[in-house]
Amino acid sequence: MISYILNFGWLEDLVTKLLVSFGIDMETRLGGSVHFFFYDVIKILILLSLMIFFISYLRSYFSVEKTKKILEKMGGFRSHIVASLLGTVTPFCSCSSVPLFIGFIEGGIPLGVTFSFLITSPIVNEAAFIILMGTFGVKVAILYALAGITVGVVGGYLIHILKLERYIEEYVYKVKMGQTDIKKITRRERIEFAKENVKETVSKIWIYLLVGIGIGAVIHGWAPEDLLVRYAGPENPFGVLVATVIAIPLYSNAMGTIPIAEALINKGVGIGTALAFMMATTALSFPEMVLLKKVVKIKLIMIFIGIVGTGILIVGYLFNYFL
Amino acid sequence: MKIEILGTGCKKCKELYERTLEAVKIEGIDAEVIKEEDIVKIIEAGLMSTPGLRVDGKVVSYGKVPKVDEIRKYLK
Repeated sequence: MISYILNFGWLEDLVTKLLVSFGIDMETRLGGSVHFFFYDVIKILILLSLMIFFISYLRSYFSVEKTKKILEKMGGFRSHIVASLLGTVTPFCSCSSVPLFIGFIEGGIPLGVTFSFLITSPIVNEAAFIILMGTFGVKVAILYALAGITVGVVGGYLIHILKLERYIEEYVYKVKMGQTDIKKITRRERIEFAKENVKETVSKIWIYLLVGIGIGAVIHGWAPEDLLVRYAGPENPFGVLVATVIAIPLYSNAMGTIPIAEALINKGVGIGTALAFMMATTALSFPEMVLLKKVVKIKLIMIFIGIVGTGILIVGYLFNYFL
Repeated sequence: MKIEILGTGCKKCKELYERTLEAVKIEGIDAEVIKEEDIVKIIEAGLMSTPGLRVDGKVVSYGKVPKVDEIRKYLK
């Protein structure tokens, strides 16, 4: 019963009933596609709005400033784990990547630890987590989050071991960061923050969602299953590689790629392939690189792509193999 | 009064700029509203999360786009 509610079995039945009452035959391709479209749109919107609200409320207890304070006091491998974990919960917009980077480095946080935060932050966020949960279930969502954290910890640690500090732009070290007080937030402000976040996330991703679900619906009805299984199925050793490489220049929202991933998986594409694609679109996005270019030299960005890309590949293969 | 919008030019910074102009207009005060997009200056102001709002040299808000009413309070 709980899984019927959590996995939206009720909505599936409801949409079927409604479509049938409008005289749409569920056995046809069109019927299947239309059902997929409405079911997915409604499900994702409900999930998103509700859960983003609650998670944002919790997130309001974290801030970039507090995260910096915590990491400044820490050292060793442990700090990579903490940075990565904080990356998942600290409210942070990718447009603040540059000031955050400079602020962390200025505060004496090692480059690798800073990267542990920056890698995990876009991969694991509440919206991606929620949609994954609604689409593939709790287990996959948790595994995805764990994988994202692991890629951040290991990736950041490798950057640390390789001692790449020389690739940071020199002006970064010269900047002296000013002081700002960490503001006390009232409960009303937290609720306001959560509401704003729901509005912002939904308004930012609805178009990706519609397009993503639309494409997903077409794949659902029309994509040739045998072909997909052959080229992108879990058996094909290059599936994950191709998916990851395709994802890099593709600037989409992770949320928009999930419905496509779902449809592809239903058609026999490996789940690891689909998740690798999703991780790569978020973690290795082109606009993010352009921002990073302001603070680090191109060589470090290349190494970053190499390390994170490899991590994502491994995750993809592991998921394909074990799930 | 000197009001600065601290941000590297993302969408939220523009939104904050618009809202600040509106708040200034409602309050009817004589203020100079400037966009500060230099990343070094932003860091020196102590900001890690943008956009930020600085009124007469004091950072009053950062990491979010406050509502017009809230901005008005900062201008008083």
